[in-house]
Amino acid sequence: MNALDIISPQLAPLAEEPFYRPVNQEDGLFEAAFERRLPVLLKGPTGCGKTRFVEYMAWKLQRPLVTVACHEDLTASDLVGRYLIVGGQTVWMEGPLSAAVRNGAICYLDEVVEARKDTMVLIHPLADSRRVLPVEKRGEWVHAAAGFMLVISYNPGYQSVLKELKQSTRQRFIALDFDYPPPDLEAEIVMHETGVARDVADKLVKFAGMTRNLRGSGLDEGASTRLLVHAGNLIAAGIDPAQACRAAIAQAVTDDAQMLRAVHELFCSVF
Amino acid sequence: MLPPRALPAAEVQARLDDWLQVEFTHFALHEEAAQIAALSAEDQEFVLGWVRRSAAVNVQLGHLFATQAPRRLTPATRRPVEAWVLQALDQFDRHGLKAAVQTLRHPDRFVAPGREHAGAAVFADFSGVLQHFVAGLSGRPLRLEQAVDDAGAYTDSETIHLPTVVSRFDSAADNFQLAKVWVTLLWAQTRFGSLTCDAAGACERFSDPAHALQCFAALETMRLEALIARDLPGIGREMSRLRTLAGTDRLEPAWQDWRERLAAPGAQARDTLACLDAAYATKPPPPPPFHCAWRPEAVAAVMAARTAREKALLRAKLAQVLERLPPPATREADPSRIALNSATDAPNELPRHELLVDGIAVPLPDDVAPLLTSIQLDFGGIPPEYLEAAGPGDYAPAVSNPPERDPDSVWSGVYHENGATLYPEWDYRRQSFRKNWCVMREINLPPLHDGFREQVLQRYPGLSRELRRSFEALRDCNRVERRQVEGDELDIDALVEAHCDLQAGRDVSDRLFTQRHRAERDIAVLFLVDMSGSTKGWINDVERETLLLLSEALETLGDRYAIYGFSGMTRKKCELFRIKRFDEGYGADVQGRIAAIRPRDYTRMGFAVRHATHLLGQVDARRRLLIVISDGKPDDYPDRYRGPYGIEDTRRALQQAVHAGVRPFCITVDKEARDYLPQLYGSAHFTVVDDVARLPYKVGEVYRRLTH
Repeated sequence: MNALDIISPQLAPLAEEPFYRPVNQEDGLFEAAFERRLPVLLKGPTGCGKTRFVEYMAWKLQRPLVTVACHEDLTASDLVGRYLIVGGQTVWMEGPLSAAVRNGAICYLDEVVEARKDTMVLIHPLADSRRVLPVEKRGEWVHAAAGFMLVISYNPGYQSVLKELKQSTRQRFIALDFDYPPPDLEAEIVMHETGVARDVADKLVKFAGMTRNLRGSGLDEGASTRLLVHAGNLIAAGIDPAQACRAAIAQAVTDDAQMLRAVHELFCSVF
Repeated sequence: MLPPRALPAAEVQARLDDWLQVEFTHFALHEEAAQIAALSAEDQEFVLGWVRRSAAVNVQLGHLFATQAPRRLTPATRRPVEAWVLQALDQFDRHGLKAAVQTLRHPDRFVAPGREHAGAAVFADFSGVLQHFVAGLSGRPLRLEQAVDDAGAYTDSETIHLPTVVSRFDSAADNFQLAKVWVTLLWAQTRFGSLTCDAAGACERFSDPAHALQCFAALETMRLEALIARDLPGIGREMSRLRTLAGTDRLEPAWQDWRERLAAPGAQARDTLACLDAAYATKPPPPPPFHCAWRPEAVAAVMAARTAREKALLRAKLAQVLERLPPPATREADPSRIALNSATDAPNELPRHELLVDGIAVPLPDDVAPLLTSIQLDFGGIPPEYLEAAGPGDYAPAVSNPPERDPDSVWSGVYHENGATLYPEWDYRRQSFRKNWCVMREINLPPLHDGFREQVLQRYPGLSRELRRSFEALRDCNRVERRQVEGDELDIDALVEAHCDLQAGRDVSDRLFTQRHRAERDIAVLFLVDMSGSTKGWINDVERETLLLLSEALETLGDRYAIYGFSGMTRKKCELFRIKRFDEGYGADVQGRIAAIRPRDYTRMGFAVRHATHLLGQVDARRRLLIVISDGKPDDYPDRYRGPYGIEDTRRALQQAVHAGVRPFCITVDKEARDYLPQLYGSAHFTVVDDVARLPYKVGEVYRRLTH
């Protein structure tokens, strides 16, 4: 156990341009934040294009992108790294966050409030002027490379009061507010992603608007753009629209039998 | 198994005689018995069951039902007949015997003559789906309600009234579609200006205003039909299908012209009024199956109340927006700082609003957008005077928060139900809920600062420490698991062993890591404490001591908890006393309120359990517990809550709690409780404390067991 090797993931910028249409000059803001080395917080409902936006910006800025979907059991070690034993030797396996910090990548922590509280300890020194990641187990402070940028996302809608992002955390970030795109653009996105005809895309978007009206009165969230793309893909693959909607949208937004029926009726009234 | 056997007339009569108390009422029941005896075994069971239940409520109702029901009953009409008798019982609860008799005397609204074999759609079955459906359409939120008279389907611009039973078509599916079309059409009336064009005023000009209104209704329905067909093609198809099915799709040439004119994309309600002069001279076409009733007077009343309320509310909300902004450069507060930028994509789309203060865009608060939509629908725009922020004292808070009258004053003056929440109650005899039966209010218990906490802590130093220590042991603890296949850190012992094994040429274990486990306590618990009169004396003292000691101990644990006390006297005075809310910290006020718990009235329990379930539902926690501390069985004065009624209602409420993901547990200090507790808390769990002084220990123990 003398030589300490490091295994580190290989990072490379995206080769192809992801499809994304800026709605509110958010790309300009993001670019400015990148230049000024400011971390960014993306707020907005699920499936409205936050992840796609980060991918698009990573491509535009030609930085590698590391995405971590946060969950309840995500610990600091999962982000920073841990020791492994390989052939009788201990090897340091770098985590996604430390790899991004070292290599100057964009690190995107999706739904960050879901992660355990100890992960915030890592985020704070990275998100202010210090830009440093403490790697406790190695007794090391990793200074962020020039291209490193921290992006976190957070959905204020369905997360509970308990899972609010703390002020001490959120006040370190530039916040970009996301919502579902306006109808025309959303239809364009659905067409581009699925290849369905304009009138089908328009109807899907109209239907999505109806389910979004139900937010708060029976549904936690309406149908997201992502669900529309799923439904559009099924329709483009030859599935009957009503069946596609049921599988891709209705069943995804609710389990309640009455609500399923109501969503189905709404769908039938548009198609 | 043999099919059930139909009862002979004599046996039916014996039952009727018993339920309808013939010795006192002297009803002659031969005919009824013969009619019921002629039914199939299943129908017999159905009718007799409802006779028994309605007779338990009122003998006269039972008799009327027994007389009327057999003639209406076919396998297809069971649901409508059930809806009929339930509405009668509901009327009895709300308005008394006369109204209930009125409902039972008019079965035609539920089972139309000649429609006994149609597959009906019943309001109770379709309203849930259609309520969601109409919420999905844009515009002002609309409520669905069943009509209590023969008015047919209509709207007053806030509520859509639908018949209790829809049986126009033969199949239940078509009848459901009809109900859906009704909802859409009535929604369209509120959405596309049918109700705000002053049709009633226009009709007054004619010598026969009723005929004019009929013509207007027919014309306007055509306009809306065309709008719906463009906007919601699926509904459009249903409408023309139902028209064909009912044979009302043919029109006179003149009406065809009007139909075409009103079907033009830009047609407004004023275009309908423009056709009225000519149409008045003709006979209107036969009404379509989805014909709606028009009630201009109901619309006017609701609208008058709404416009005043919404104007005050919007101006108050705008004042709040201004308050949150930095003060203007000029000292003078200018009421006309606010402007609205509204844009529409298409002629019939609702506009999107952008709020401008001093020319700068300000985010629109969530609750303002629906308000603007509602005002937009009434006026076709936002009148400028609505955009003046309210000044101090400019609006009466009573207007902006209409249902808030001081709940504490309810009993000192005239009875009112403002600010109360209505809960249903289970009536085991009729096997159905009494709707909006319990008038429940949350009441603040004024704290009593009398050094109660200090006394208790002094009196029970050992107990307090013990509880605290045992609770501390429950706290989140980081448990490190050794010798894991993967984990956060290396297990040095395992690693040394493995190294030795390797050197010695033995098999090497791959369990070389330690993993940290943390069981997070994600628990919310609500303590519901009996404050009925029977707790007077030392039960009350022990209850208060228990709550105080428990709260002290819970503070070390960090679980979220709330404490409410319940007491009631009749269904109209169901009170829940706030002692500690979930979002409130434990401090002097909570201690004072625990000290202030005093015996009140009776033990009406169902509403308290239902409201506690509701409160727990609003808290986000992995585990939700409801702990009821009570001294005895449900009881109330002077109505029939005592006995099986109260037990059954409470049992229902506890079942509902379980269904809602709440785990109820009851701690009782009643010595006789063992008789009824298994029945009462069958679905829940319970414990009986024989020695009241042991209550604090017991509650602590129960709590540990439940949450570990």
